[in-house]
Amino acid sequence: MASEGGHGPQTSGEYIQHHLQNLQVCRAENGEWIWNHCAGNPIAINVDSIAISVILGVLFVWLFSRAAKKSTSGSPGKFQAFVEIVVDFIDSSVKDTFHGKSRLIAPLALTIFMWVFLMNLMDLIPVDWLPMLGQAAGIPYLKVVPTTDVNITFGMSIAVFFLVLFYSIRSKGIGGFIAELTLHPIAPPLKGAGLIAAPFIIAFNFILESVALLAKPLSLSLRLFGNMFAGELIFILIALLGLWQLPLHFGWAVFHVLIVTLQAFIFMMLTVVYLTLASEEH
Amino acid sequence: MDINLTLIGQSIAMIVFVWFCMRFIWPPVMKAIEERQTQIADGLAAAERGQQSLDRAKAESGQLVDEARKQATSILDQAHARANEIIADGKKAGAKERERQLVAAAAEIEQEANRVREELRGQVSAIAVASAEKILMREIDAKTHEDILSKLAAQL
Repeated sequence: MASEGGHGPQTSGEYIQHHLQNLQVCRAENGEWIWNHCAGNPIAINVDSIAISVILGVLFVWLFSRAAKKSTSGSPGKFQAFVEIVVDFIDSSVKDTFHGKSRLIAPLALTIFMWVFLMNLMDLIPVDWLPMLGQAAGIPYLKVVPTTDVNITFGMSIAVFFLVLFYSIRSKGIGGFIAELTLHPIAPPLKGAGLIAAPFIIAFNFILESVALLAKPLSLSLRLFGNMFAGELIFILIALLGLWQLPLHFGWAVFHVLIVTLQAFIFMMLTVVYLTLASEEH
Repeated sequence: MDINLTLIGQSIAMIVFVWFCMRFIWPPVMKAIEERQTQIADGLAAAERGQQSLDRAKAESGQLVDEARKQATSILDQAHARANEIIADGKKAGAKERERQLVAAAAEIEQEANRVREELRGQVSAIAVASAEKILMREIDAKTHEDILSKLAAQL
């Protein structure tokens, strides 16, 4: 496998490096936009990750809206039945957790689940297929699984994070939100000699609660990223075996089907849980 | 592995997709599911009602059959009674007829006997005359003794 790249002999290290390299475009120091020499440059876009994730998102939106447009209350077609099973599954999961009324949370959960699931599913395409096709089409780098890009998972979890902030402030007010950040878990003394200690306690609480708050999006994104990145890396390592990869590849792929689904479900469920916690009255 | 603008792009894409899903996917699918739920519930209720009315109809038809059976039995009984009556009447009429026929036959026999007796009487007198003629042939002239003979014949 490693020597079949079409660019002469290639070491295992180079093969792996090549597979983990995004197709990037970035703005260089001199203001020019350049391709693929972007290490350490924050003004860069991982074109492959964005393109594939948007394509998969559009695929999800197209398939489901087609089913939704044609959906009847009579006996459903097979695809409509599938869509309804997914929707019903998400709906019951959300209702089990989130008891308030919200028009946003259930569709949000559906979008996250299906989108992350589709992005994870790209992992099951043999690791060389799309990159080699890309090379044939003149694309030097192609990282096929968007969720192995920390930017993608972090982008999603940051959107969730802002939703958490929004829901917290909406249900508790700004004062309530600040109080939640500063007056827990140690209640500061409000009178007497202890009043001197109050600012320190508040600062301590604030640091603690901020870390807890920020850990939510961080853990959300890093969990998905870590799982998918590790899975993809193992696929790449298995691909290095060449002709004898099949049994290993098959075994890992079967196991990975589970991970793909599970990680999508976990991302969705934790999003719902965070939003539930944010919108709960204390 | 660097954090870069991709992050913001992905966030924007996610917001767009979530908005689209919230606007165009979730409501119609949910509506279809809920409508079907009510339809199924209605259907089940209707089936329940149908079952109940079927039970009622069954009970009713059983009752009707029972009544009809009772009626049939009573009609049969009546018919039997009527038949017996007719047979008895027939028997009576037959007896009467036989009596009448017997009387008529007896009268006829009587008549016939009288006629035969009359005839026999004639024949006997003829025979007697003939035999007397044969006896008297030589002594009695039929012409002269005719009045005696006819007297005799009348007496016979």
